[in-house]
Amino acid sequence: MLRYAAPIVIFGLMVVVFWLGLGRDPSVVPSPLVGKPAPAFSLPRLEAPDQQLTASERLGEVWLLNVWATWCGGCRQEHAALLAIAASGEVPIYGLNWKDDTLQARAWLQQLGNPYAATGVDADGRVAIDWGVYGAPETFLIGPDGKVLHKHIAPITWEIFARDFLPLIAAARGSGS
Amino acid sequence: MKSPGVLLLVFLGVCGPVLAIDAELPIADPEQRELYDRLTNEVRCLVCQNQTIADSNAALALDLRREIREMVEAGQSEADIKVFLTDRYGEFVLYRPRWSGATAVLWLAPIILVLMGATWLWRIVQRRSGMPVTTEEQDAQDA
Repeated sequence: MLRYAAPIVIFGLMVVVFWLGLGRDPSVVPSPLVGKPAPAFSLPRLEAPDQQLTASERLGEVWLLNVWATWCGGCRQEHAALLAIAASGEVPIYGLNWKDDTLQARAWLQQLGNPYAATGVDADGRVAIDWGVYGAPETFLIGPDGKVLHKHIAPITWEIFARDFLPLIAAARGSGS
Repeated sequence: MKSPGVLLLVFLGVCGPVLAIDAELPIADPEQRELYDRLTNEVRCLVCQNQTIADSNAALALDLRREIREMVEAGQSEADIKVFLTDRYGEFVLYRPRWSGATAVLWLAPIILVLMGATWLWRIVQRRSGMPVTTEEQDAQDA
């Protein structure tokens, strides 16, 4: 009996493993940063280069960090969703303008609207490396204790925001205050 | 087009830019240069996942090479640099994952599979060696 059942059982297990493997998107690499303190940075602001945007001044609040650039197609795709999130007043969004042309970035925000409370300019991409960024757009959720709570890779939508971010935001505010 | 010289020129014209992937001068210290070469050939470019950052021209690969170069020149060890990379990008960034609880299955699976196969084979051979020889085989031996 066993010698006939064993191949079928092994085959069944392989089907399950490969099926799960096929369903995974290999371009989404889980971030080791989730649950760890957000990397510090101090960057000139896009709208006022003489001022700095720092991670530490956000301590005590829940905020989003959205990595974007004008050369990034997915960023244009998600822009309307970012505007909707900003307009909802649920959470402030801060921008990380990654390896971009500053003039083009300013023009982009003027044309498409500016969802960001402020944007830091990461011209040489060093802050992006500290945050483990490998493909814009990426969106991080940072809690009041300065820890990264969640990371979303690829364009965000209101549905994704409501499903993955809103419960975490509510939980972070609940335990933080 | 028949002469080898012209062919060589065409070849260099096409492939020249590939050789010039790093515009900067190589690292002066031979030991550090060796470490830099080894690391950049072992770190995955996450934008183009089947390339190492030494192979890739993606902007992120360029940035990571610069970062690794600076750390190597600052005298940091291979282990330090790997920790820097995996803290940010996870174990996936290394083509040769380090030994840890999470990667143990990855390292042990081939050995376990070979042992399982060998045991299975050995049992078949054992069983068959005890079996009576069939008449066809006996005929073949007699012939």
